[in-house]
Amino acid sequence: MAYTAGVDVGSTQTKAIVLDEAKNIAGRALIDTGANVVLAAEHAFEEALKSARVEEEEVEYVVGTGYGRYRVTFGNTQVTEISCHARGAVHMFPGTRTVIDMGGQDTKAIRVRASGEIVDFCMNDKCAAGTGRFLGAASAALDIPLEQLGPVALRAERPVRISTTCTVFAESEVLSWVGKGKKIEDILQGVHQSIAARSIGLLRRVGVEEEITFTGGVARNTGMIEALQNGLRTKLNVSGDSHFVGALGAALFGLDYIVSGRAPAGARRTS
Amino acid sequence: MQEQPQQDGIVGRANREGAELFRQWFADLNRTAADGGAAAYVFVMGSLCEVLRAFDLPVVFPEINSLQMAVRRVAHEYLNVAEDYGYSPDICGYVKADIAVQLRGGEHPMGRIPKPSLAVLTNACNTYIKWAEIWERFHHIPVFTLDVPGTRAAGTQTRRGDGDFENDRAYVQAQITELIELCERVTRRKFDIDRLRETMACANEMSRAWKRILDFNKSRPSVFNALTDGTIYLGVSNGFRGTREGARYFTNLAEEMAVKAVQGIGTLTDEKYRLTFIGVPCYPIFRRFNELFMHWGGTFVHSTYLWFASGGANLGFEYDLARPLESLAEGTLIGVRGAMDNMFYPDRPVLDMIDAFHLDGVVYHPVKSCRTTSAGMADSRRTLMAARDIPSLFIESDMMDRRVVAEAQMKNRIDAFFEGLASRKRQTSPAQ
Repeated sequence: MAYTAGVDVGSTQTKAIVLDEAKNIAGRALIDTGANVVLAAEHAFEEALKSARVEEEEVEYVVGTGYGRYRVTFGNTQVTEISCHARGAVHMFPGTRTVIDMGGQDTKAIRVRASGEIVDFCMNDKCAAGTGRFLGAASAALDIPLEQLGPVALRAERPVRISTTCTVFAESEVLSWVGKGKKIEDILQGVHQSIAARSIGLLRRVGVEEEITFTGGVARNTGMIEALQNGLRTKLNVSGDSHFVGALGAALFGLDYIVSGRAPAGARRTS
Repeated sequence: MQEQPQQDGIVGRANREGAELFRQWFADLNRTAADGGAAAYVFVMGSLCEVLRAFDLPVVFPEINSLQMAVRRVAHEYLNVAEDYGYSPDICGYVKADIAVQLRGGEHPMGRIPKPSLAVLTNACNTYIKWAEIWERFHHIPVFTLDVPGTRAAGTQTRRGDGDFENDRAYVQAQITELIELCERVTRRKFDIDRLRETMACANEMSRAWKRILDFNKSRPSVFNALTDGTIYLGVSNGFRGTREGARYFTNLAEEMAVKAVQGIGTLTDEKYRLTFIGVPCYPIFRRFNELFMHWGGTFVHSTYLWFASGGANLGFEYDLARPLESLAEGTLIGVRGAMDNMFYPDRPVLDMIDAFHLDGVVYHPVKSCRTTSAGMADSRRTLMAARDIPSLFIESDMMDRRVVAEAQMKNRIDAFFEGLASRKRQTSPAQ
């Protein structure tokens, strides 16, 4: 059995997937990226190998992706996370025509063809508004763990309106609502709606076409799924492996190499 | 991806001569500043250099001065001076860098810029008007604003032979006559129409060559990079319009491009992707920006910048020297209007460019400094995508302010764009 791997080095977390030649996920790993990107990539890969019970020598091709893709020093090549999320999303949900990927510091809207080829993409520019960091700021301000934000927000009855688009100012705006005596769930719902509105703006720029698949770490947040679905008035595809879609896409590009002997189109060799 | 080596005396000559002309231009400006001589401040979209040169007035292009600061990576120092003085970060970076030059008594990385004796502008850019008002107050100089009737609405451009066109031309001509009177007062020299004919003849030579040069890039491989080489050509086109040096430079440049086209000498050793660029370049990381594309075998074969920043000279309009004032008005009307249209309504010309220049993709570069040129780009891109199945990239930064240039994010988008181009190319040419 031949294997490939995808290692997605994100700004907050690093994800790795080991894929067998039948396109089954054999193993996965998720770790905090931290300050040493090279080590994070190595560590995530080792963890994924352990989880798959596969030896490193059995992995024929490794593709690095994410902002730290050029630091995946053991990788054979790199592909941007934009291409990888598109590829991974179409693999998981073949009806996907639009992808919304929400990560720690950026949000991407990607329109794809059935083949996984990108028609258009759009990302947040130069600031972290509308990304996972915005939730992180709310989590810090309200002292609520990140994973609890969604469930708490879903209990809201009268959500507040968060007007700032700045992640730094969001924290003080959240605290000002606390000072006005608003319920935590209403404030959090406001935060989710604010992020959803920014993200839907990105989606509209590339043109929303169903099915829409939600990927990235924030896709684990039930409150965000709800806010996006309400804003878009449609159901989203969300996988339990949403966090790993970029790494999966990278591994699929690696599989192309094993099958056809061709590197991913336009891929750069690791120097 | 490597740039092609320069092969003989002709290939690469234009860039060498362009650099030399730039040095000469700024050395002349330094001398004028030192002597306290007269100088005219003008803009790239409708400089009316033909008239100013007829009075031997040195011309200063503050837009070019400003971009020089960004390319030399010192723009932030000047922007800070203007912002400390009270100008908002949201104001055009070109304006702020120039304000800093004025506040510093003309100090510029390439020497000292003379104070203006008059400013000449058109309504091609709304910022021009407010910018010139600043000089008016700073230096107490006359400001001449040429009001050029633009296209009233999409598809309603007046044309030669129309009554409306003749009215527009007469309106421009009347204003040019006023400009001539103003120049006479400022320089205390009598207007010489034969001298105007000379400058117009030089401009004719330049425009004729410029049109040919742009067309040479239809060849494969492309013979110049519209972004990097193109910016040098634009500098000479503006700074030396109406001069013999400028005419000779462009004639030589056309010869160089012809040689390269015939010999198949391209800007890259392996040209994989032919692109066009919409907007103003990213000067704070000028070389690096181009490398991000060149690295993938991408080269810019055309750009709307080469149109509007040449004041519409790309149209190749040639003056009729037998009726100089009428023809100057006509050329100014057509050129400036063309520049405005190419800046605000680039949809149709860009669509035409796709097949003519064998384009693989279109790159839109809106800039924070200029909402005037950037505001409609998203719509233009949408129009393009609806009309043709051609990949396009939309990346936003600035032409002056490195604080809003995020190279890592830019690279990510550019890489993804090329991955898409490569995937598309593989599907159409599976052998690759």
